[in-house]
This record gives sequence, C-alpha cells and structure tokens, in this order.
Amino acid sequence: MNLAAVWAIYVFEMNRWRRTILQSIVSPVISTSLYFVVFGAAIGSRIPEVEGVSYGAFIVPGLVMLSLLQQSLSNASFGIYFPRFSGTIYEILSAPVSPFEIVAGYVGAAATKSVILGAIILLTAALFVDLRIQHPLVMLLFLVLTAVTFSMFGFVIGIWADGFEKLQLVPLLIVTPLAFLGGAFYSIRMLPEFWQDVSLLNPVVYLISGFRWSFFGQADVSVTTSLVMTFVFLGLCLAAVVAIFRTGWRLKS
Amino acid sequence: MSDPILVLSGVSKTYKNGFEALKSVDLSIRRGEIFALLGPNGAGKTTLISAVCGIVSFTGGTITVGGHDNRRDYKAARAMIGLVPQELTTDAFETVWDTVSFTRGLFGKSRDDAVVERVLRDLSLWEKKDSKIMTLSGGMKRRVLIAKALAHEPELLFLDEPTAGVDVALRRDMWEVVRRLRENGTTIILTTHYIEEAEEMADRVGVIARGELLLVEEKARLMEKLGHKELILTLDAPLSSLPPALADRGLQLAADGATLVHTYDTNAPRTGIATLVGDLAREGIRIRDLETRQSSLEDIFVGLVADKNQPAEEARP
Repeated sequence: MNLAAVWAIYVFEMNRWRRTILQSIVSPVISTSLYFVVFGAAIGSRIPEVEGVSYGAFIVPGLVMLSLLQQSLSNASFGIYFPRFSGTIYEILSAPVSPFEIVAGYVGAAATKSVILGAIILLTAALFVDLRIQHPLVMLLFLVLTAVTFSMFGFVIGIWADGFEKLQLVPLLIVTPLAFLGGAFYSIRMLPEFWQDVSLLNPVVYLISGFRWSFFGQADVSVTTSLVMTFVFLGLCLAAVVAIFRTGWRLKS
Repeated sequence: MSDPILVLSGVSKTYKNGFEALKSVDLSIRRGEIFALLGPNGAGKTTLISAVCGIVSFTGGTITVGGHDNRRDYKAARAMIGLVPQELTTDAFETVWDTVSFTRGLFGKSRDDAVVERVLRDLSLWEKKDSKIMTLSGGMKRRVLIAKALAHEPELLFLDEPTAGVDVALRRDMWEVVRRLRENGTTIILTTHYIEEAEEMADRVGVIARGELLLVEEKARLMEKLGHKELILTLDAPLSSLPPALADRGLQLAADGATLVHTYDTNAPRTGIATLVGDLAREGIRIRDLETRQSSLEDIFVGLVADKNQPAEEARP
C-alpha cells in the first residue's frame, strides 16, 4: 500500500481547496443562508409545521444534503478532470499507485471537504433555527456515506467529461433537479400518491429521507431502506470506478 | 556489465484505429548508461517511453524494469523510473517546492526535505522554491519537470526531448545535469531531435522510425563505422572540368567549378590527402581555402531513415 501517495494526493487536493476557500466555503454558506432567509423565515413563517417540526428546521437536512451532493460532485469531478485537461495526469498514471490508492486520495479529499462544508452549513443553520439532532451518529454516518458516494460519482464524471461544460452537465441537469424533487424542501408524503410512487424512483429521496430521520426520528421512507439504498449507490459508483481502471477508459490509450 | 536495467522484448503497440506505433521492439538498456533514442516526429519515441512508464498500454511483448514486469509488478517497476515528459505539463498554482514534494510522495517515498532541497539546488531552482509554477519561464518550468522526476531518486530517468524549445545556455546546463546524474549512477534514456545532443552525451544510440528500432549501436562505433570525412577545397579560379590526371580520384567538382570535394575514410591507412595536394599543385590549381568535415550522426541518421523509407515508397501503388 503506497500510503505516501494517498497522502500526497490528499494533501494536494486539500491545498487546492484552501487556495479557493472563498468560493469553496463562503459561497455555499451564503446560498444556504439565503434559502433560510427566503424559505425558513419569509415563507416558512406562513407554512404550518411539517411532520411535527417547524418548516425552517424541516428543510435543514435537505439543504445540507443539497450542498453535500453539489459540492462532492463538483469537487471530485474537477479534481480528476483538471489533471486530465492540463496533462499532469501523466504523473499519476506513471506513478507506482494502484487505482484504489488514486481513488482514496481524490475521493477522500473531496469527501473531507464536503463533510466539513456540511458541518459549516449545519452551524449556519443553527443560527437561524432551533436545531436538535436525535441521532447524531446516524447523521454523521449519512453525511460521510453520501459525501463518499457522491465524490466517487464526481470522480467518474471527471473521467467521463471531455470538456468543462460536460463537467457541469450532470450536476446541473440531473443531480440538482433530483435533489429539489427528492424532498429537500417538502415531504414527499405531501404529494399525490402517483407522484409519491414516482418519487421513490429518485435515489436522492433516500439520502434526504435517511438524513432527515437522523434529525427528527421520522422520515418519508424507513431509515433502513435509506441506508441500504445509500450503500447500493456507493456500490454502483465503486463498480464504475473499478471498470474505469480495468479498461483504462479515458485514461490510457 | 551487470544485468540490464530495462528490457523490452517484442513490444508492440497498435492503436484502435489500426495504427502501429511500435512494431515488435527489442531493446536492452545497461545500468548507468546514457542511451539516446533518435527518430523523426511520430517515429514512436514517446509511445515507447509511455509504454515503459505505464501511460499507454501496449498490445504485445513484455517490459521489465530492474527485473520487474511493468504490468504484473508495476509498483516495483514504476518506483524505479523518473519521467520528464516532452510537453511542459505542470500545475499552475502550486509552488515549486510543493509540486516537487508531491511527486516524491506519489512515488511512495517518505518526506525528505534534504533530498528535495538538493534536487532544487542542483537545478538552480532553489531561489524559486516558493514561486508559483505559472510565474516561471518556459526554461524554468522544464527544470521543474526534471526536479519532479528526480524527487524520488529514480534509478532510470527518461528525458523526452528535454531540450526542445530551450535556449542554448539552458541546453548546456541541462547536459551538465545529465552528466552529473550519470556520475551518480542514474541510467538515462533520452529522446531527441537534436543529433548533437546524442552525439554530445550518449554512450549508445538507437534509431527508431515508423515504430521500428532500426539500429542500436555504441555511439563511438557508429560514428566510426559510418564515419567518413570530407576535404573541401576552395579553388582560386573555377575549373570547367577536372584535369584528366585527377579524373579517377573520386573527386567531385561543384557546379560552379570553384569547389573540389575529396571524400576519405578516416580509418584507412592512407587518406590520400598529401598526394592529392601535390597533384593539384602539379596541375597548376591553386587552393584558396580548405576545410574538412566529419560526417555527423545527423548524416548517418538521415541516411538510415532514408534507406529504410526507400523500399516502402516504392512498394506504394
């Protein structure tokens, strides 16, 4: 195991993040704060409690998830796409590192950033709403699992993309809509039955639901289902990464 | 000589579109030598290096580095190699120190500031260690790439066109660095367009064209074997034709009649120069100037590649 290499990649990625700390941290915090101001305070005060919690508190898990998904994807995809774009990937490919070590470095760093960001958003949220977390360990588990899963998904996107616009395509066209429709701002039980069933096809529903359960002890789907589904996505992303390195797809000619 | 540090046997590479970049290349590199791989653009030099380093997959044959198969035992094989790529592909925002340390870590070496410092000093990069790479000149970036490749103290160093687009002073510096590395026992394989580079530095020369390794030879022997010299005589007054007395000497009279070229073998017991000069004087031909020219690797190289191309050209419908 080339731990020095994993560490080198990890540190490299974290340094890259530190250099752009403003856009990495400040912008998600500002946008989250805006959500709270608009949905939590302005509109939320006119919305009755949802599933026994104030609307402002209800949207916290969804907002954290939304940022977690977006940031994991953009961080991890950019992290591996940029060396491919600039050509410095030659160094990674010629180094004595296994695919697992490469992924551990890149995905580990991206997931770390996301978890830190998630924590910051939670703290920000605590400024606006009265926040109680019933199952902190489960919350942490979902936070880390989702960060890792979507960082790995981002890694796959970063390898698939052959231009900067494609890098934005999946987060913009698929993940953000899925997050918004996945119950970030509402309980899917508020939907007509047909749309509830349709919503269950949306993977993000399970992430948000499980995460929300850890806060309030109740959610759209059972926490076990959420956990199982989260592991399924993790498995799928892992399989994609393994396949990429097996075939050298987009990495080696 | 001890066991070779790098052995390629029957290495071939065919791209998906059918292009054969390497055609069953056999090559064995000795420990501690400087090997120059010469070839025109698109000959397969970079592909060969990339196959050894693991950047492209090859379709046939085997490569061993220090006895380690570079596919089955890729970690051990790659840990021995340093690669300086042809393109100036560097990060932009990292400092010189960080990027060199990064490579050391990537190659599995524990942090050692003394090694990084020595590498930077050797390459005159020490003053720039805290500069962001994007602020450096092209020549400095080239040095950074070399520093990165040396950061993990490789036994085998690939320099892919190390001096392409580099000014003369920097090129001299680069040669100096390569010589110093060789003194420390590093094996160096360089590809180059500049024949003078191979001539100046290499112990052995390989010529590659169209994915085929045409020749591998000790540089000195290569020069010797194919070497001949030309004596160029500039005449005081142009001749309309060679005097009959000199007709069978193999002399060539230039079109303007003012230059005579005498080709001779430097290894022959007699070069025929003295007789020639005497004969010219006897014919009343006065010489204004004379010059001798050694055939360079370039001539040899151009000859080889051209010979090889000839049959292929003819075979074309």
